[in-house]
Amino acid sequence: MAIVQQILFIGILGFTGWFVFRRVAIIRKTILLGKDDDRTDQPQRRLSVMLRVAFGQKKMFDRPSIGVLHLAVYLGFILINIEILEIVLDGVLGKHRIFAPLLGSFYPLWISFFEFLALAVLIACVVFLLRRSIVKVERLQPERHREMAGWPQLDGKLILVLEIVLMIAILTMNAADSVLQDRGNAHYTITGAFFFSQFLKPVFNGVSEPALVVIERIAWWFHILGIFVFAVYVTYSKHLHIILAFPNTYFARLSPKGEMNNMPEITKEVRIMLGLENQTGEASEVPERFGAKDITDLNWKNLMDAYSCTECGRCTAACPANITGKKLSPRKVMMDTRDRLEDVGRIMLANKGEFIADGKSLIGDYILEEEILACTTCNACVQECPVLINPLDIILQLRRHKVMDEAHAPGSWNAMFQNLDTNQAPWKFSPADRFNWASGLKQDEV
Amino acid sequence: MAELTYKVPTMAEMAAVNESPEVLFWVGCAGSFDDRYKKVTVAFVKILNKAGIKFAVLGTEESCTGDPARRAGNEFTFQMLAMSNIQVLDMYGVKKIVTACPHCFNTLKNEYPELGGNYEVIHHSEYLQQLIREGRVRTEKGQEFKGKKITFHDSCYLGRANDIYEAPRHVLESLDADLVEMKRCRTKGLCCGAGGGQMFKEPEPGKKDINIERIEEALQTGADTIAVACPFCMVMMTDGIKNKEKEDSVKIYDLAELIAQADGL
Repeated sequence: MAIVQQILFIGILGFTGWFVFRRVAIIRKTILLGKDDDRTDQPQRRLSVMLRVAFGQKKMFDRPSIGVLHLAVYLGFILINIEILEIVLDGVLGKHRIFAPLLGSFYPLWISFFEFLALAVLIACVVFLLRRSIVKVERLQPERHREMAGWPQLDGKLILVLEIVLMIAILTMNAADSVLQDRGNAHYTITGAFFFSQFLKPVFNGVSEPALVVIERIAWWFHILGIFVFAVYVTYSKHLHIILAFPNTYFARLSPKGEMNNMPEITKEVRIMLGLENQTGEASEVPERFGAKDITDLNWKNLMDAYSCTECGRCTAACPANITGKKLSPRKVMMDTRDRLEDVGRIMLANKGEFIADGKSLIGDYILEEEILACTTCNACVQECPVLINPLDIILQLRRHKVMDEAHAPGSWNAMFQNLDTNQAPWKFSPADRFNWASGLKQDEV
Repeated sequence: MAELTYKVPTMAEMAAVNESPEVLFWVGCAGSFDDRYKKVTVAFVKILNKAGIKFAVLGTEESCTGDPARRAGNEFTFQMLAMSNIQVLDMYGVKKIVTACPHCFNTLKNEYPELGGNYEVIHHSEYLQQLIREGRVRTEKGQEFKGKKITFHDSCYLGRANDIYEAPRHVLESLDADLVEMKRCRTKGLCCGAGGGQMFKEPEPGKKDINIERIEEALQTGADTIAVACPFCMVMMTDGIKNKEKEDSVKIYDLAELIAQADGL
């Protein structure tokens, strides 16, 4: 029996590892479809940003109560992984609580600490589920935010339910284990009582020993299988942020939020037009496209941003356009970019890793022109994001494409451009009148 | 104040007599052409005169920085304007610039360097704060602000874009008025609705205009004065207050106007 369990475990572990590796490879490949952008400067500053924002969860504490609950889930995730190491070793080697003899009297303390975390995670996830379903926090409701309809809403709830079930499995497993220890079952190493699960022990009072072993085994298998499912599931889910939050904050933009990226290909053109530079050789190389039409025109960090988004909607809740009922939602911009990436990834998988154009593009088929036109570039979305995603950068690159490449802009913007080109002011005033404001003051002088 | 005469020297005039100013006052398009914001330009010039600052303006040699074109996606027009401005600024050897427009401020400070224009750029809120701190501007001689309620509307291009939240508030504190904050302020400040080229087009369909949402929040504070530090915010908030038919009881002023009033200018 034990050997069957052992072989089964190793098989499932291997399959999970292979599957996750495959998913990570395609995610990495689609991110690398983005343009180069060097984000390796100032490593010390970057490290400090990552430590504060991702590791230290700094921005989550903008809302202190949510910050504490999220911290519980975050610490639970990181630290319970240490216990998973023991579970995996037990599974592979066919042992039970392999660390117990090594840690001695420290072991029950160690497990009690994990139980404390498990309980905290459980409580936090229940509160989160209530916020989604009963309290109905506005930014999470599909009735108000169309991008949340369907899978995203289900995804959010599924993961919470899965975590709750996993935590219940840990506590059940430990309680059944303790009861078996009390009854002197040889396989169950004596470790002493665990702090939280001991309160569950009375539940198993009347249960026979063989039945208890089955319950303990089911809980053990359920817990570890749940974790394997979670590992695969995460790669398809908004929950990828648990990994990507770290590189995403490390590679975040360090320049002032107000600064827009320069387009050097245009600088050269303009210098020639102004006579500051001579045209060298034949026609200067014209870039194949201005701005971004599809994900391949964005930079790799824009694409990593999309995979890092956990759809919390803080950006959208702060967006002045969205607040006042416009179609723009920065969260939707990120979700659409990820949807496009996932679609492109599927195309690549079907074509031996090559992206064959499918006639679709990010702007038009996923994100609408009406959305990107409504942006006031106020940076509220950038300011809000707990993992330093920059939706504005994508919006502005899409705008550049619409306006420069497709020469498609609202009429009043075209009029503004024309005024700027001819009068050097966005309004129709003569440049000669620019200094008239001072005439009143100058009369005072006389 | 008949004895005080105001001078507005241009860079060209200064260059003609081989002089250079301490600081260039970048007026901006709104400050040059918009009737409401021209008053802010005049107020700021009066303050500079009063403080004895050796400043100059570009006059008719100034052009739009290109900000609205760039935000609207037209990089060609932006770079054409930026390059010509850099040529003019470098021709006069400009080193330090002060401007009352956060959009000009952001573009000159953050976006001109990559095109070869490197200057020390200061927003007038920081400049006013400095003048007050140095005692070159006094806020006790003119209009009394004690007991008045003022709320400050953060401009996105000053606040989030450049992390300047305190300077305008310090300027207002010097008025000894009652400074009240809106619910969404500083990093959480709500945009007036004009940035990113919105000033120059109709808004997309929605259930409300952004400036109405913001003016409602400003009115909730019970302030009788809404202070702004940006020409676009000025337009949007002024439109908002008219929409609410409160223009008689609630006034909207730029920081420079309030300081000029307090100094009796």
